[in-house]
Amino acid sequence: MKIIKNSMVGTLESSDIQIRVEPKDEVGIEIQLKSSVEKQFGKQIKKVIKETLESLGIDRAFVIATDKGALDCTIKARVQCAAYRAMGDAQKINWEVID
Amino acid sequence: MKNSIGREIPDEIINGEKIYESPFSLNGEVIKTAHRIKTVKPGDEKLLDSIEEAIVKCGLKDGMTISFHHHFREGDYILNMVVDIIARLGIKNLTLASSSLSSVHKELVKHIKSGVISRITTSGLRGELAEEISKGLMEKPVIIRSHGGRARAIEAGDIKIDVAFLGASSSDTYGNASGSRGIANCGSLGYAKIDAKFADKVVIITDFIAPFPNVPASISQMDVDYVVKIDKIGDPAGIVSCATRYTKNPKELLIAEYASRVIVESGYFKDGFSFQTGSGGSTLAVSRFLKDEMLNKGVKANFALGGITKPIVEMHEEGLIKHIFDVQGFDLTAVKSINENPNHHEIDSSFYANPHNKGCIANKLDVVVLSALEIDTDFNVNVMTGSDGVLRGASGGHSDTAACAKLTVIVSPLIRSRIPCVVDCVNTVITPGESIDVLVTEIGIAINPRRSDLIEKLKNINIPIYTIQELKKKVESIVGIPEKIEYEDKVVAIVEYRDGSIIDVVRKVK
Amino acid sequence: MERLRRTMMFVPGSNPSMVSDAYIYGADSLMFDLEDAVAINEKDSARLLVYNAIKTIDYGNTEVVVRINELHGPYGRDDVEAMVRAGVDVIRLPKTERKEDIYEVEAAIEEVERKIGREIGSTKMMAAVESPIGVINAYEIATSSKRLIGIALGAEDYVTNMKTKRYANGLELLGARTQIVIAARAAGIYALDTVYSDIDNEEGFKNEVELIKQLGFDGKSVINPRQIKPVCDIFAPTAEEIKKSANIRRAAQDAQKHGLGVISLNGKMIDKPIVDRANRVLQLATAVGLYKEEMQNEK
Repeated sequence: MKIIKNSMVGTLESSDIQIRVEPKDEVGIEIQLKSSVEKQFGKQIKKVIKETLESLGIDRAFVIATDKGALDCTIKARVQCAAYRAMGDAQKINWEVID
Repeated sequence: MKNSIGREIPDEIINGEKIYESPFSLNGEVIKTAHRIKTVKPGDEKLLDSIEEAIVKCGLKDGMTISFHHHFREGDYILNMVVDIIARLGIKNLTLASSSLSSVHKELVKHIKSGVISRITTSGLRGELAEEISKGLMEKPVIIRSHGGRARAIEAGDIKIDVAFLGASSSDTYGNASGSRGIANCGSLGYAKIDAKFADKVVIITDFIAPFPNVPASISQMDVDYVVKIDKIGDPAGIVSCATRYTKNPKELLIAEYASRVIVESGYFKDGFSFQTGSGGSTLAVSRFLKDEMLNKGVKANFALGGITKPIVEMHEEGLIKHIFDVQGFDLTAVKSINENPNHHEIDSSFYANPHNKGCIANKLDVVVLSALEIDTDFNVNVMTGSDGVLRGASGGHSDTAACAKLTVIVSPLIRSRIPCVVDCVNTVITPGESIDVLVTEIGIAINPRRSDLIEKLKNINIPIYTIQELKKKVESIVGIPEKIEYEDKVVAIVEYRDGSIIDVVRKVK
Repeated sequence: MERLRRTMMFVPGSNPSMVSDAYIYGADSLMFDLEDAVAINEKDSARLLVYNAIKTIDYGNTEVVVRINELHGPYGRDDVEAMVRAGVDVIRLPKTERKEDIYEVEAAIEEVERKIGREIGSTKMMAAVESPIGVINAYEIATSSKRLIGIALGAEDYVTNMKTKRYANGLELLGARTQIVIAARAAGIYALDTVYSDIDNEEGFKNEVELIKQLGFDGKSVINPRQIKPVCDIFAPTAEEIKKSANIRRAAQDAQKHGLGVISLNGKMIDKPIVDRANRVLQLATAVGLYKEEMQNEK
């Protein structure tokens, strides 16, 4: 699975997270996080973002995340959606992988 | 050294003071302090041309203590104005004893850096000033005191006020000052009254000179040295809101409804009861539901206490509350009422909550509804620091009313934007768990195991009942487990319990 | 005992805070909307939001319903796949006009159930009638599938189709309401009434709930937590009804205890439908705290 273009999902509302995904040449998932709960959950948020991308088979991407206290399930949802939007129009969701 | 609730207080902070034991362990005889006054004879003029003149005439020197009240809240112009002038005059090393501080006082940061202010005692800290202090701005820790605790400290001489700069909405030229009848009115001057009685020098600062005598007066001419007229004491919109409204937020309403039901089933809801609620969100909305129950069951309250708002005034005027004891007015309705309704009484912070007098009114309180930033599995409550360990709240009357009331109800959402309210250990203890009886959240309630009588009384209430540990587990299952906040050793604030003992410290955030 | 469906609260599937929180208000069912509440360019994000929420969040006893987009559009099939995988309780069709609409969605659901090994038939369905032809076909719709647990009325589109508008007394909806409730009863499924949009008009709302209760509806769609309590209060049985029903239940329990084939109360024979209704009354009463089983046993 490859990120081929930029995409953005989510809002800046309380309990949401805005995820922007951009293509990256070298291997590695680089996450830039701004969060209202940075100290308490910063590590966890980055972990969820990384693991969600990896579970989709993505090994390289830039992620810019602006978090307003989103729960893990919301973060996952936003990352999954951003990833699919960034993979090109024809990409259908692979549910086996997401499940 | 650990105090009775397990909070670690460094020895150098204790320094001969007492550490917290229990809400009423320090109860014996106290000696009230006296102050030094300069007498005033016929013909002496009190009205001065400028604040600068007042500062000079008061003989303010390095190392002294100055005080202010916080009745003008975020609309206050006076504190910043006075400290700016003090700084210009080159006076340094002062202790600032304000009843509380708001975000508008961020101007103090530069005065702290330059050495004008070297110590602070206050009930609350907010905004940039609070953040800077959390990051270690001050060398000497701030002393956080509750409203009752501040009154105790002033009366005992722990706080020795040299000059009190007291803003007033109106004053005559002889110093009869009031929170009403001016341009920017605040109603009760409850926190200022105590300063006026115990400070060596008292300066009234007003933007409205009323004809003599300006009675009824919150602060009497016999306690006032000087009067200064300035252009504007503050921004009226920041001082009081037009009308405090009930929240429409469905979650806050749900919590308020649950809390009201807890009160009704507790056994304390009967004719002639007394109560105090907060001024916003769920805490105020509880009074809306209580009102319905009072009307349905024909129950009337003997008095309401605390910070007063339109909904409380309306209940009073409809005959549901007999007396209002007002230490702070929050809106124009409260201001109007205190002037018109004979049973709407202005009280000072000592009458309100001082544990070391012959009986504060909080001693008579049946029910109090309070909020919390955090509460731990021992029911200790934090209203002072956020979950990130940064100062951002106020002690206020929380520990005072919680200790005294027969039923103390905490209302709080279980989660605020992923931040859990129920935790293992709060970042800062303002109110010890033994003062807290019931926690009410949107998913259900938890009753302090110490209150087996309440557990019995509430067992048939149609609201889910959890143990506090279950609530903590539930919240963790939703948000995950937050990282523990890392602190450095340096103590940035000492939390003094209402009786003068040290209940907790706040450390510098890493 | 069949579950209560007095209130079904509509929640926009695109709102993370509401999707994770909404169960606290005590609605019997929550309906996450992927259809009208969600903009075209957010259909994918809402679907994933609701999918992840249903998989993760503990909604307790609240029934989880999702309104999918129409199957013939670009989103419906993906909605079905996602929601069945997530473990949704009920899939609600956006607009049902004839039994074939149900067959199509049912087939789509079954395909996913087979694929993932979910018990065939475990995903329930709900029809929503929003047009004159749907009203006419209410009975064939109501009996079209074993999965169908209920049939709802969607008034906004319906009145537009009928070339009228909504009035306070609801007369323009009388035909649709009675047809739907009759079809539901004949088929043995739930009848759910439409939403009431004027949240601030508490009086008007209560009047409408009284009306649909009288017509025999099981419950109402709500769009704001404030609407939940009035519905539960109006559907709550009276003290008299509760007392009668408690007596009937006790008589039934006595008969069972003594191995009697016939239940009698005050010399009169009581048959099963009466006992069922008594249990139903007690279920409603318990839900609003007016009845507790233990209290009765203490006597």
